[in-house]
Amino acid sequence: MFVQLYRIHLNRRSRTLVTVISCLALFAAVFLGAWLYGENGEITNLQLRKLPPSWEQPFGTDWLGRDMFARTLKGLRISLMIGLSAATASAIIALILGLAAATLGKAVDTAVTWLIDVAIATPHLILLILIAFACGGGAKGVIIAVAASHWPVLTRIIRAEVLQLRSSAFIHLSAKLGRGPLWIAWHHMLPHLLPQFVIGLLLMFPHAILHAAALTFLGFGMSPHTPAIGVLLAESMRYLSMGLWWLAVAPGLTLIISVQAFDILGNSLRVLLDPKTCRE
Amino acid sequence: MPQSLFLKFLLQKSIKLLVLLGAVALLSFFLVSRSPIDPIDAYVGAAILKISPEQREVIADRWGLDKPPAERFFCWAGRLVRGDFGISTIYNEPVLSVIGKRFITSFWLMLLAWSFSGVLGFLLGIAAGAQEESLLDRVIRLYAFTMASTPTFWVGMVLLTIFSIELDWTPICCAWPPGMSAEETCFWQRLHHLLLPALTLSLIGVAQITLHTRGKMIEAMNSEYVIFARAQGDSTLGIVFRHAVRNAALPAITLQFASLGELFGGAVLAEQVFSYPGLGKTTVEAGIRGDVPLLLGIVIFSAIFVFFGNTLADIIYKYIDPRMRRMAGT
Repeated sequence: MFVQLYRIHLNRRSRTLVTVISCLALFAAVFLGAWLYGENGEITNLQLRKLPPSWEQPFGTDWLGRDMFARTLKGLRISLMIGLSAATASAIIALILGLAAATLGKAVDTAVTWLIDVAIATPHLILLILIAFACGGGAKGVIIAVAASHWPVLTRIIRAEVLQLRSSAFIHLSAKLGRGPLWIAWHHMLPHLLPQFVIGLLLMFPHAILHAAALTFLGFGMSPHTPAIGVLLAESMRYLSMGLWWLAVAPGLTLIISVQAFDILGNSLRVLLDPKTCRE
Repeated sequence: MPQSLFLKFLLQKSIKLLVLLGAVALLSFFLVSRSPIDPIDAYVGAAILKISPEQREVIADRWGLDKPPAERFFCWAGRLVRGDFGISTIYNEPVLSVIGKRFITSFWLMLLAWSFSGVLGFLLGIAAGAQEESLLDRVIRLYAFTMASTPTFWVGMVLLTIFSIELDWTPICCAWPPGMSAEETCFWQRLHHLLLPALTLSLIGVAQITLHTRGKMIEAMNSEYVIFARAQGDSTLGIVFRHAVRNAALPAITLQFASLGELFGGAVLAEQVFSYPGLGKTTVEAGIRGDVPLLLGIVIFSAIFVFFGNTLADIIYKYIDPRMRRMAGT
């Protein structure tokens, strides 16, 4: 595999850095491409209808002659934006709940643990549908649904980390030396929590993007006026039986590649940021 | 195994389930009641211009929509306890009978996908974990990681295009041939319609169990008892089947039972792609067309379903593992 090519002169740390930079370059390309080229996807050209992929239209054209490559770029940007904003909101919820559970005493801890149990009691997709329904659908509904349902895992991680930190020897020592709780939180807790939070957030992106796409595909999200990837794929369902396979294949593949890039990015950063593995 | 301990365990679980269901019911009712989608508008659909305000009032009165949300909740919860989930507005049938019928259709799909992905995932995990970093391991790992970031519905659409449209091997939609009812169809026709949706769910479902089993296998292959067996001259194949597989099997079974929630969610997507008339497709319809009683019923049903899976996983973990059993006995 291509990994072997640069194994010769780069150690693991540098290789991970190369991976991180390539993933970031990919996202920059998607956003830049959508900004420069995405609006071309609105142009209908009835002479160029239902064309299979070619050099001029790498992803083919749809039933109105719109360039699928431009539509995919724009759709990918919408899907990524929705996934990213929802995951960020969810991570902030997780941070607040995790900190509250670990520091505000037993009653709050029990309440938060119980809230987690209730949130994971139903299948994830059913909860998403329920919240999207409660918000009346739309892009806002999808973002709220994804944000309100992805926090339990990270909440548990943050709660456990804070509980462990609070009972560790160097924190006790610092308190004995007369440091105030805020000073300890800022100088001793934050450096440990920040990497956990950032990595938890990054590893939440793939789930958030996929779930947002699923909700849109089922019809709970956006209208055809905001052509996210889920909308493109749902529309293509009607044309699959006519043999227009490229309407589904190419947008789906780009979604998979972006989701996987986020996964690789999160896991690479974890290796770089974790003190146990960063020197390997 | 002491029987009284098991009874105590079941009692604890039942109490936990009841408390959990109460919370789920309260939360989902709160969510649904603040939806901006007007249930009457959603119910009458295209006939919205034809009905008079008086007819609206009749519907609102019958559904109890004119009462405050808190009163409606207690009224609804009180009927839930007596086993009355209300009437589905889109099917015009009791919610429980809709769920029952649709769930049986989904059940076969989920069972087929669940068992196939369990067996395949376990075998792939053993093959990958037996020799870490071998070519086979890399290929299987790449597959599992790719599937973990692939949307279920997209896999369904690709399979549909290849096998139903290009090759014409499998039907394009539904659970039985169009124009027939469920009772008229034979077993093979049902299986024929099940194949692609079940394959879709399996291809995705394999990922998690493969990666998990692979991890357990690597752990076992690096353990001291395996090194000892190697020192005695046992072959790799012998070690894998006599020592490592036994240790990887139990966590795999436990995980497979605990993943029923994801299976349920996957079934919603697969059923939507293949227009398979199961509980998943019904969930989407209830959500889109604003069938509140049905949606709430499905939420509660799915919570019981997930709880059932998790409890089974717990029981297997606690009582079937010989090590845990010995500990529980003493």
